[in-house]
Amino acid sequence: MIALSDCLILGALLFSLSVAGIFINRKNIIILLMCIELMLLAVNLNFIAFSHFSGDIAGQVFVFFILTVAAAEAAIGLAILVVLFRNLSTINVSELDRLKG
Amino acid sequence: MMFEVSNMSFALPEMFMLVMACVMLLVLAIRGEKGTNSIYVLSQLSLIATALIIYQSISSGGGLSFDGTYIKDTLSNVLKLAICLINVFVLLYASSYLKARSLFKGEFYVLALFSTLGMMIMASAYHFLILYLGLELMSLCLYAMVAMQRDSAVATEAAMKYFILGALASGMLLYGMSIIYGVTGSLAIADIAQVLQTQQIDKTVLSFGLVFLLIGIGFKLGAVPFHMWLPDVYHGAPTAMTLFIATAPKIAAFAMAIRLLVDGFGDSQAYWQDMAIMLSVLSMIIGNVVAIAQTNLKRMLAYSTISHVGFILLGVLSGTAQGYSAAMFYVLVYSLMSLGGFGMIILMSRQGFEADNIDDFKGLSQRSPWFALMMLILMFSMAGIPPLAGFYAKFAVINSVVEVGLVPIAIIAVVMSVIGAFYYLRLIKVMYFDKPSDQNALQAPKDMQIAISVNALLVLALGISPGALMAICTITFS
Repeated sequence: MIALSDCLILGALLFSLSVAGIFINRKNIIILLMCIELMLLAVNLNFIAFSHFSGDIAGQVFVFFILTVAAAEAAIGLAILVVLFRNLSTINVSELDRLKG
Repeated sequence: MMFEVSNMSFALPEMFMLVMACVMLLVLAIRGEKGTNSIYVLSQLSLIATALIIYQSISSGGGLSFDGTYIKDTLSNVLKLAICLINVFVLLYASSYLKARSLFKGEFYVLALFSTLGMMIMASAYHFLILYLGLELMSLCLYAMVAMQRDSAVATEAAMKYFILGALASGMLLYGMSIIYGVTGSLAIADIAQVLQTQQIDKTVLSFGLVFLLIGIGFKLGAVPFHMWLPDVYHGAPTAMTLFIATAPKIAAFAMAIRLLVDGFGDSQAYWQDMAIMLSVLSMIIGNVVAIAQTNLKRMLAYSTISHVGFILLGVLSGTAQGYSAAMFYVLVYSLMSLGGFGMIILMSRQGFEADNIDDFKGLSQRSPWFALMMLILMFSMAGIPPLAGFYAKFAVINSVVEVGLVPIAIIAVVMSVIGAFYYLRLIKVMYFDKPSDQNALQAPKDMQIAISVNALLVLALGISPGALMAICTITFS
């Protein structure tokens, strides 16, 4: 039997992994986008776990909306990535250094 | 099964805005490039009409609607009205900038309208889901807007940074929401507030969730240490887009902060006050000190925004009605001032020339004494010098923290606003005492010149008689 805490620990692990990925990764922007998706999925897991164990359906409805918004977000992120690659001919995070100060 | 018919009229301004944005999309699809001018006119008309609808609906009362997920109260009315009116000015300023740079495209106005819709939804949201959807509608439009100048390396880089950090902020906010959903068993803000009052819940888990909520709010407002995106985005984005990002979205982020922290967790203030104090003090210090080192005016105004966010948070963290209304006054005045500040950069720019360095303002008083005076008013107001609106805003928030006994924080705020005055005064010195390096007359269109003057004089008028706006802000939280 899976307990609520198991789901929450998994959610927290996935969430920490994705945040760590965003901050540690210096190579590839696509990995950043993957980390963002992973982060939203970790949140979804939390919502579903809470919803299931409290018998309240609202959390599961929220998950559908997050999934939809995440798809839109990924579309915009990849579009920006394409434009960025055309301008800089690289998707290396450490080369995004024109703006600083 | 019983259905309760919701009071649809509460969301009438949003529905109207949505229909108009869709109409504009249709015009764009049918007329293509030729229709750009009509789309611009249409967007201005729909903003003004929405403002009128909101104004009309003020007297018709308010309350919760759509099964307790949507609220119409004085706060939402005033903030939505301010968002619409500010955006009328923003689109007016932006159009002269965009026309000079072959960026004058219908998509900008459609995105602007959808983004405004998102902000209005944020101002009225009383449910985590609605709040999140409004936030994302606003943010996704803003990311696309920043990336609109496709051939500019800095603009696309700014868009990428904005996107990544914005998405990270949404993720943090959602994680906080999921924890709070788990603790309280509800997503509606009214129910959460009630559960917190009546039931014993695990305070450790609650504050764990609150941390993430506050991080999300901090990111969206641009409070230190979650401010990394703000200078880069303000600097890299085309000035018209910077203008859009710097004004109305801050009002919407303030609305989000009030809905979550005050309406939802007003009674658990003890759990978030310390974190808010940290955000506020750090923002005031970092914002004002780092701004001194900037030579780019957009970047300087970005750091000045960070410091203003610190002051706005000062009002929120005081936890009193007086503090909330002071913060609301501050955010309204701030968006008016930054509207004027970035508007002046657009006014000074012309085809092939960006006036975004402080040196570009050299000798402005000889080239155009009137606009040098307007910039003087705006900068003095941002620095908080009486009798301008910025002074009353700063005075009110500092007063509200003194009232609750947080005197050390008030002292930090005063010291920091003195330090902040330095870089505003430096710009004024450059305008009045340096020789102009550029003798060209200003080329901005007449309507923009009039609008900037109205904008700056409004800051002056609000400073001379702040009573009316202050009264509205006080009524909102009484």
